[in-house]
Amino acid sequence: MAVLYIVLPLAFIVAAAGILAFIWAARRGEFDDLDTPPLRAIMDDDPAVPTSPTQSSASQHPQ
Amino acid sequence: MTALSAQPGTIGTTACTHCGLDVPAGLVEHDAEHQFCCEGCRAAFHVIHEGGLAKFYALREREEVAMRAARPSRARAYAEFDDPSFQNLYCRACAGNLRSTELLLEGVHCAACVWLLEKLPTLVPGVIEARLNLRRASLRLVWSEDQVRLSTIARTLATLGYAPHPARGRTAEDIRRADDRRALIRIAVAGACAGNVMLLFIALYAGLFDAMDPAHVQLFRWASMGLSVIAILWPGGVFFRGAWAAIRARTLTLDVPLALGFGAGLVWGVVNTIRGTGDLYFDSLAALILFLLVGRFIQHRQQRTAADSVELLFSLTPTSARVVDGEATREVPIDAIREGQLVEVLAGESFPADGAIETGETRVDRSLLTGESRPVRLDVGDVVHAGTVNMSGVVRVRVTATGEATRVGQLMRLVEEGSRRKGAVVQFADTFAGWFILAILILSTVTAALWWQTSPQRAIDHAIALLIATCPCGLGLATPLAMTVALGQAARRGILIKGAESVEQIARSGGAGVIILDKTGTITRGRTALVQWWGSSEARSIAAAVEVMSSHHVARALTDGMPTTGLVVANFQEHTGQGVTAVVGGHNVRIGSSTFTQHAATSDEARAALATAQQCGLSPVVVVVNDVVVGIAGLGDAVRPDAAASVQALTAMGWRVIVASGDAPHVVAAVGAALGLRPQDCLGGLTPEQKTQLVRNTRGLGPVVMVGDGVNDAPALAEATVGIAVHGGAEASLAAADIYTSREGLAPVVDVMAGSQRAMRVVKRAIVVSIVYNVVVAGLAMAGMVTPLAAAILMPAASLSVLAICVRARTFEPKPAHDESESMGAAPALQGGA
Repeated sequence: MAVLYIVLPLAFIVAAAGILAFIWAARRGEFDDLDTPPLRAIMDDDPAVPTSPTQSSASQHPQ
Repeated sequence: MTALSAQPGTIGTTACTHCGLDVPAGLVEHDAEHQFCCEGCRAAFHVIHEGGLAKFYALREREEVAMRAARPSRARAYAEFDDPSFQNLYCRACAGNLRSTELLLEGVHCAACVWLLEKLPTLVPGVIEARLNLRRASLRLVWSEDQVRLSTIARTLATLGYAPHPARGRTAEDIRRADDRRALIRIAVAGACAGNVMLLFIALYAGLFDAMDPAHVQLFRWASMGLSVIAILWPGGVFFRGAWAAIRARTLTLDVPLALGFGAGLVWGVVNTIRGTGDLYFDSLAALILFLLVGRFIQHRQQRTAADSVELLFSLTPTSARVVDGEATREVPIDAIREGQLVEVLAGESFPADGAIETGETRVDRSLLTGESRPVRLDVGDVVHAGTVNMSGVVRVRVTATGEATRVGQLMRLVEEGSRRKGAVVQFADTFAGWFILAILILSTVTAALWWQTSPQRAIDHAIALLIATCPCGLGLATPLAMTVALGQAARRGILIKGAESVEQIARSGGAGVIILDKTGTITRGRTALVQWWGSSEARSIAAAVEVMSSHHVARALTDGMPTTGLVVANFQEHTGQGVTAVVGGHNVRIGSSTFTQHAATSDEARAALATAQQCGLSPVVVVVNDVVVGIAGLGDAVRPDAAASVQALTAMGWRVIVASGDAPHVVAAVGAALGLRPQDCLGGLTPEQKTQLVRNTRGLGPVVMVGDGVNDAPALAEATVGIAVHGGAEASLAAADIYTSREGLAPVVDVMAGSQRAMRVVKRAIVVSIVYNVVVAGLAMAGMVTPLAAAILMPAASLSVLAICVRARTFEPKPAHDESESMGAAPALQGGA
């Protein structure tokens, strides 16, 4: 079980990396607004604004 | 008069394609595909269609709640948005020629709004990015200075119905944002530490190490100690700082026993780790810190929601004024106005500064400052104050004072003083802190003393176990969780509560306090309306049909709420300052003041009705058909339909209700009598300073709740134990108040009182549960039965039971059966016959 001496610190390093990533994201303001982004995701699923109708008709007839 | 029988409007309602409101009968185009209730909606519809964004309407229909698109607001140039001083204040320069700003928008409410607003770059070329924060209704804009001006973007937003306002108080928002981020980081660190410590302890508890190298046990103990030291000192540091602050202020808060438990657990844990033997409680401590931090964060966010909603309302005051510059006028930011300048104020606008009228005459609604409900006629040379509303004519005003030097500015200083005096409120749970510490310290000493005789080593272990296991986690969570749930329920019912302290303060008074109500805008509607009517309903229909033609504010009061009748009105004539004449169905109709109609035949009944109206402080309007008085309308500031029922409900709860107003004493007395109040509780003619003094004097007797809406109430709101600003209030009153209701009328005030009592009961229930738990655990610890494993099970169990009590509670959302209270005041506002 001597592997514990390597695995345990390794696990802590991974955890620390996760925390650092979170801190970085929080400082960038990723979590400032928790209400709007979920709505954004829903809307982008729909076919977007018909800015280029030719493109959408082309995709319907791949041949 | 049978020939004049009224036909109520029979035309079916047509919904506006853009905003969904009913289209007025006159505007329905029968062959058109799209119907619009106004030109604004038509313009918004075309802008959306031309941008290829018609999907907006489909998205909107997907919303479960029947949401309406924001109604386009009055056309405005937004020229001040391009002014250098405005740009300096609210905009930032980015790379290249890009600039960014943050605007608060009116009318944002749903997912479709997010979609439409973030498509702004396709609507307005030159806008690089638009990101909306739905909760704060704030739009972050990045635009290219070369391609588009900010005023153009603002105009487009206004056309779409999202009137933009610059986000004031940016620094405060930045500070709050930084606070939020730090809190999140603390939770993340506490969570990561707690999770990993728990994993290590699961291995330790499982007894896996019996068959293993003791060196590995030591490794796990040291590893868990390392993580726990981080968790207790970094995220847990807030409790130590809070405890230290409390001790320095010579008070005791819950942070003190919490810090004591954490400190004892940390020190003894480190000692035991270094010694290599003895119990460790690191897993329980780390989990506890995580629970407490999450609880506090959730409470914070809930209170933030209320503050955010009020923030938008703040920004609604005018940002610009029209300065007269030679022949022309130009729009400038309100902060750029200087003394001695001439500003032009249109009808319906509020005055941007204090000054004297130089040209023009008008009626001015001064209710904001004085509480006086009737508009005052002002002429050249008369003094006007910032914030009061110009009702009728165009006037030019020579500015004498701006900003803080104005009357409003002086009142705001009073508000600040009042808020400063209030100071911090001791939370109910904190009142236990002292007893708690005393009990824990005594019990752990007793434990140590008892066990000392059998085994000195175990004695310290058990005493420490008691200190840790009785750590008041449930107590610490009870208030935040219960208040968060209560504040959330209140917000859904249109009551925004800025801080949980207000709820506690109302509940603590137990109804043995005083409620001071403002009159204008709070008890009454704050605008001229029909209060009394003498005469037949036919006469009313005639009056309404004739007055539809007039734009006078008296006319609006007479036509409000009356259906379209189909009566044909001919020969309509307006006689300025006196009344109107017209021919309806062949009958001569005359409507106006009693002097305008004095030659008509007046019955004794009509004379009595006239006298009653005048006694009640109302302005009478006489309706004459064929030289006979057929109707007398008493116009005034109508008492809200729910006011009497609400006052009764408050009195039934035990509150003493007082009406305090700046309006004339006899008007206040009449309103008070209508509400069933004693004459000595109806105070009129008070200046804002006198109102504040009244609150201060009453505070000596007990808690005072002040309810008001205007700037004249703001200092009193700040001075009161709890200030409640009602719907439609001025920004100053919002700043000063602790609670804001976004529903009209006094019914929400009753809800606040009842809901606060219920919320406090939930808090007390949760506190009782956690104290019972602590008593049990203390007993077990004294018996030496609290092992680390027992603590790891018992402590979260206590927190979870408190959580269950708080989350299930209904405080501001009573069961549907009790909901009737809201409709009980729905009696018609008209009091038929005199």
